[in-house]
Amino acid sequence: MSLREHTIDRREFVAKLIAQLPDALIVTGLGSASYDVFAAGDRPENFYLWGAMGGSTSLALGLALAQPDKSVVVITGDGEQLMGIGSLATVGAKQPANLTIVVLDNGHFGETGMQQSHSSLGTDLVAVAKGCSIEDAFHVGDVADTAKIAERANARAGTVFAQVAITAAEPPRALPPRDGVYVKNRFREALGFKPF
Amino acid sequence: MSSTAVQPPQWQQEIFKVLKEGGVHQIVYVPDAGHSHVIRSAIADPEIQDVVLTTEEEGVALVSGAWLGGQRAVLLMQSSGVGNCVNMFSLLESCRFPFLTLVTMRGEYAEFNPWQGPMGKNTQGALELMGITVMRADDPENVGEIVSAAYDAVFQAGEQVAVLLSQSLIGRKKWERN
Repeated sequence: MSLREHTIDRREFVAKLIAQLPDALIVTGLGSASYDVFAAGDRPENFYLWGAMGGSTSLALGLALAQPDKSVVVITGDGEQLMGIGSLATVGAKQPANLTIVVLDNGHFGETGMQQSHSSLGTDLVAVAKGCSIEDAFHVGDVADTAKIAERANARAGTVFAQVAITAAEPPRALPPRDGVYVKNRFREALGFKPF
Repeated sequence: MSSTAVQPPQWQQEIFKVLKEGGVHQIVYVPDAGHSHVIRSAIADPEIQDVVLTTEEEGVALVSGAWLGGQRAVLLMQSSGVGNCVNMFSLLESCRFPFLTLVTMRGEYAEFNPWQGPMGKNTQGALELMGITVMRADDPENVGEIVSAAYDAVFQAGEQVAVLLSQSLIGRKKWERN
């Protein structure tokens, strides 16, 4: 069982983090992480997933390899990351210097009724990340640590993995656009790509 | 293995030529013998990122992310991997991402291992159920042309296409080691 205190307010944390990442390309895992990022302010450089559970880190890896001069930040939940846990090994094999993975960990599957997840039943996600050779992996227990994550993300000096101990509170839903074609085209346009 | 000394089959060389000349910058894969030349060539090419996956659905998301970032990418896998991808394919239709996958077939031609049958015989059906256009390449003479046609449909018209590379191209797997 996790002995860590989960005291961080997810909305406050995500808003403070994104405020320090003005140029980052942000990919969100489905569910509450998407709502948190959207609530912090919609922007074309956000790519919100509404499905494809387990895919956020993989999608961000493809993006990070394609855009090495941009900081790419994944913001997802513990359940979404756990479903794609192997993607951490794939990231570890590539070591993209511009990829930062932020897991908002409440130890529960929030969207489906707050069932406990593996991260509160024994799995240590930071140990998993380190085991996948993501050396710069750490726990975050305080809102002030947004600066620690943002500095690293903006420096693009190595893959980063941060596990953030958020409370299991459920703030009001803030729903990002779920028209994937729109979100995709808007994102690509912000990078200067025209429709084919 | 003496694979470096042996010339790879012509059809495998043609596949890499289509991808390279088409401007693919990421080749992501769960390996298979039929993909070995393309994988080796990707690893050797400084302009192409090679990404080995732990499971095939990672690749569906990864090539979508590459497109989002302005690069063309292709997913290589074996027929068994198609089953692993099914829900992740929803990303392609939901966002209309161009998608090209090359699938080496098992369970359909002189198969030794019955465990390959259930997925191999349903690979085409699973892809089509998820809205992906299937093209088949059975004749080594036509592989390059079919992959090239699929490539154009994906990156010119934005389609989602899987090319199934017949088990007959690869030949019977040798089960006895000398």
